[in-house]
Amino acid sequence: MFGLKKHDSRLFIVVAVLALAAPFLLNPFPDGSAMAQFNAGYPDLMQRFVIFGIFAIGFNLLFGLTGYLSFGHAAFLGLGSYGAVWMFKLLSMNIIPAIVLSVIVAGVFALIIGYISLRRSGIYFSILTLAFAQMMFAIAYSDLIGRFVGTPITNGETGLQLALDDPRVLGISATPDGSIPLTNLFGLEMRSVFNLEVGGWLFTFSFGYYVCAVVMLLSFYVAIRIFRSPFGLMLRAVKSNQQRMNYTGLNTRPYTLAVFVISGMYAGLAGGLMASMDPLAGAERMQWTASGEVVLMTILGGAGTLIGPVLGAGFIKYFENIFAKINDNVLHSWFAFMPDGLEDLMVTIVHPFVGKGWHLTLGIMFMLVVIFLPGGLVEGGQRIGRLFRRRDDKATSVESDAAEQRKPAAE
Amino acid sequence: MAILEVKNVGKRFGGLQALGDVNLNVEENSCHAIIGPNGAGKSTLLNCLVGKLIPDTGSVMFDGQSVLGRKPYEINQMGISRVFQTPEIFGDLTVMENMMIPCFAKRDGSFRMHALESIAHEKDIVGKAEHMLEEMKLIDKRDMHSASMSRGDKRRLEIAMCLAQDPRLLLLDEPTAGMARADTNNTIDLLKQIKEERDITIAIIEHDMHVVFSLAERITVLAQGTPLVEDTPDNIKGHPKVREAYLGETQAA
Repeated sequence: MFGLKKHDSRLFIVVAVLALAAPFLLNPFPDGSAMAQFNAGYPDLMQRFVIFGIFAIGFNLLFGLTGYLSFGHAAFLGLGSYGAVWMFKLLSMNIIPAIVLSVIVAGVFALIIGYISLRRSGIYFSILTLAFAQMMFAIAYSDLIGRFVGTPITNGETGLQLALDDPRVLGISATPDGSIPLTNLFGLEMRSVFNLEVGGWLFTFSFGYYVCAVVMLLSFYVAIRIFRSPFGLMLRAVKSNQQRMNYTGLNTRPYTLAVFVISGMYAGLAGGLMASMDPLAGAERMQWTASGEVVLMTILGGAGTLIGPVLGAGFIKYFENIFAKINDNVLHSWFAFMPDGLEDLMVTIVHPFVGKGWHLTLGIMFMLVVIFLPGGLVEGGQRIGRLFRRRDDKATSVESDAAEQRKPAAE
Repeated sequence: MAILEVKNVGKRFGGLQALGDVNLNVEENSCHAIIGPNGAGKSTLLNCLVGKLIPDTGSVMFDGQSVLGRKPYEINQMGISRVFQTPEIFGDLTVMENMMIPCFAKRDGSFRMHALESIAHEKDIVGKAEHMLEEMKLIDKRDMHSASMSRGDKRRLEIAMCLAQDPRLLLLDEPTAGMARADTNNTIDLLKQIKEERDITIAIIEHDMHVVFSLAERITVLAQGTPLVEDTPDNIKGHPKVREAYLGETQAA
């Protein structure tokens, strides 16, 4: 299907079904029930799942295939956001030109940064990318360029926002009722939702989410094609043995630079989509913690695998939201069945791991995965799959053993 | 005609003169061995030929063109392939994938961006790689992880990968180092077969005299960075200077 092999098509179809049915699948608990806080089927969070999925897919093309660990990928995400917001300010609120510009801007910067950083490999490459990202963060945070040209470019720590007096050449500066127009795709607003109430469940279908999901599926499809292409083979060869590559008449630099730019463009695309859903861009998106997050996502899910980065992105964003939401009141209601003293003790113990302390939980989960599942969640899935298969094998061998033993008795 | 001409090549590492003044001609379609005791400069010379090192003095001409100042991948594209002392293959990839990479390098040059095409559709590359694997009797290991093969098979694969590019000059750096006798003999037979079937020049660095005398048509003896003598294997065997500098030591050991 679409030029994919059988098992790749199957994977793609599974991901497509999951992404398109997410508003149902992520809302398993009825509204108002005690478990409803674990629902993730609301547009904001689902958008973050797929947008960070795109970011991680792109990062994995670089890190998973070539082994070059970029520690400054969030810079491209931030650049994408700034590019998109500028397009909303100057051209129109249609998201297509905004996303196109964000991809181009990220690609151009990736070309420059990659050209310099890829002169080194290993830890030195990581440090160079980190240094570039931090420089760009500092420039954006202080709006250095803006101060130079006399008009805000990144608008410093406030972040770049839309205003009523933006030109928007192809659109309108302000709606008739005097508010800022909303981001849209040829008139269809990103914010528009369709609510479906079934029994106690409330399913929300957001147009914005579906735009993100379709873009994610396209990015995923392109990533599969790259994985299975001769180009992808060369990238894996770079990771495996650069010396042999050089002595096989292959110049590794253009390969690594090409994938660095592609990967940066994926990040720019994610940044552009982020701004399309919520039209503002801040420097904090470029900070090194954001770069670290995509590394975590990719490793947690399984670097070098197709589906791993998407899983990792979903996993981290889900727990970030859910754990951050749990406060002491929720904890008290959980442990209410215990005697008072014990209840307070339990709440005190669990307290540092939830709410603002969710990073602690995430850190522990990351450690456990890296120690016990070096291949990430994908490896976990494979092990579970193998466990079932082995159990089947064992069952049949036990049966055959039993049959063997019965034979002499029968004779 | 000499396909490889090394003239007055010298290389110094700090206080050590690794190569003094090396002159060497390798005739086209011959098998030329370079021998010498440890530290004689054999590997340094080889590294100067493939672009890993740049000599301080002298010139290296391959087929009338200078190789000096060119990158290893450019020199390879000129038609020089190198087999390493420890087999350098793509350990993370399967045997078939290993074999396809030089086929791509031969067809597409040092870089080509075919990011959305499928490998499965590259019929000519797949065919050529399979053909090479069959010729090298590796076809039954096609989908094996190449890192998990035996040393002898890795060596076979590396040689196959070099041959897939149809090089004009094949450089071998101690191709039988660390091999069992049986593997060594297999490698000798393989190299003999390659020499018979192909228009190829082979230059070989080797410690193992058995390998050298069963393959080489000409031998250069290197000692302390300078060629001591160059002659046919029969003359080398009886050469007093060589016995003194090299063979004598080996026999005594």
